Amino acid sequence: MSNPTDPRRRRFLTRSLLATSAVLLAGCDRLSRSDAMNRLFDASKALTQRTQRLLASRESLAREYAPEDIAPSFRANGTTNPQDEAYRRLAANGFRDWRLTIDGLVERPQTFSLDELKAMPSRTQITRHDCVEGWSCIGQWTGVVLGDLLAQVGVRDEARFVVFHCADRYRGTDSYYESLDMLEAYHPQTLLAYRLNGGDLPIANGAPLRLRAERQLGYKMAKYVMRVELVESFAHLGRGRGGFWEDRGYQWWAGI
Amino acid sequence: MRVFDTLFGTNRDQAPTVIQRHSAFTRIWHWVNAICLLVLLMSGLQIFNAHPALYWGKDSHFDSPALSIRAVSGNDGELRGITQVGAYRFDTTGVLGVSGPREARERRAFPAWITLPGPRWLAMGREWHFLAGWIFAPMLIAYLLYLAISGQLRRRLLPRRHEWRTLGHTLYEHLRLRFPRGEEARHYNLLQKLAYLLVLFVITPLIVLTGLTMSPTMDAAWPWLLDVFGGRQSARTIHFLCAVALVGFFLIHIVLVLVSGVVNNLRSMITGRYVLPPEKEADNE
Repeated sequence: MSNPTDPRRRRFLTRSLLATSAVLLAGCDRLSRSDAMNRLFDASKALTQRTQRLLASRESLAREYAPEDIAPSFRANGTTNPQDEAYRRLAANGFRDWRLTIDGLVERPQTFSLDELKAMPSRTQITRHDCVEGWSCIGQWTGVVLGDLLAQVGVRDEARFVVFHCADRYRGTDSYYESLDMLEAYHPQTLLAYRLNGGDLPIANGAPLRLRAERQLGYKMAKYVMRVELVESFAHLGRGRGGFWEDRGYQWWAGI
Repeated sequence: MRVFDTLFGTNRDQAPTVIQRHSAFTRIWHWVNAICLLVLLMSGLQIFNAHPALYWGKDSHFDSPALSIRAVSGNDGELRGITQVGAYRFDTTGVLGVSGPREARERRAFPAWITLPGPRWLAMGREWHFLAGWIFAPMLIAYLLYLAISGQLRRRLLPRRHEWRTLGHTLYEHLRLRFPRGEEARHYNLLQKLAYLLVLFVITPLIVLTGLTMSPTMDAAWPWLLDVFGGRQSARTIHFLCAVALVGFFLIHIVLVLVSGVVNNLRSMITGRYVLPPEKEADNE
């Protein structure tokens, strides 16, 4: 007879438990990849997007906070220091040679220097950044309202999405990119921001220019934006899901 | 035959009284809910693992979380799982913070056996969570409406004035695992009523609303959510606490189902039929 503290017996019990849970877990993971489940997930995502669009009107604004709510330091996530050589050269020169290109389905493709963007009417807002991981951080952003820029270049009727091409490659993989539909792009709080908490946008937070889409999660808000492209579909970009993280399984609709 | 009577809640010396205890809607709701809540819990812990800390307020004060679960390297180089609640630190190696087989210890807040999916996979955890949420929340609203409209809420769940006087006695009897028998078992007792009311009308609505508060689009659509819960991070903490409360409810629920006639209870939630436990207790001597 072995007693309950017999190490052999304990080891056997532990191993059987581990083996059982491994089988169960493998089953769950197979389920996660099955076509049937993925059809259900797609239906659930479509329902979320449609419902949220119904509940949040075109104009409904993200909460804006008081100056005393600003976090002492704004957490930087994802890439915090792009190693791309062209980007490093631009940064070394204080982004004086940096240009933002806006092209694709627009009437007048254009490039803008940082000074030209700063000379345009700006909007300043203190908003909460919500990371898909679960944390939040409040900061003050100043930038050009994306809708103003789009009006200046003249968006063609076929355009359905605005794509943001970035200078960073997260962990040395593909170039970061993101996309918004026209409704979110024209939202009054959607900015291309060049200032954070009253100072120049730091490199860690996306210098010289980053997207703010305040009704979406953080991964939508592309940093190090180099080019804004208007497209009818994003199927030809990256792996075709509309963004760097979307290509890695995250929902295109980042409202939740 | 004691085992038989304990399982079935019967006494074979008396003719059984069978009642229809649960409607078809209640039974279907119960089992769909059970699956949804399990998926919501496990996928929720997967999501929690992406940032295993809770805060109170509008945003995250990273230096002073209300709760955090992390892994630290001890002096011997061995990984230790540390769970901190306010100023109190607990070594939770093996379960929280650090878990997995000894030769392949993993840094993760909740262990793989309780998260869905098992490995670290936030995007997939979110898929499961929102899918189950889309089944759970509409069913909850439908069930609460059904309880109110059918009159069951008033008839079966709201405590009557005279019942309050029995609170102490009922509690004492429950702690001794002695449950109402005969005609008394036809209705929920006060503790059951209070537990179900708390879960149905406080904890589950709270968990749905605090879940919605974490969505930036919902905060734009319904800004009052942020005011009600004191900010997104408070809402996230309340969401977590509600989940803990539901796990507590589940554990007590299971124990009581087991000890108060498991077959009878299970049958009443499958076919609806429930045998009133006879007044005279089965021969225990």
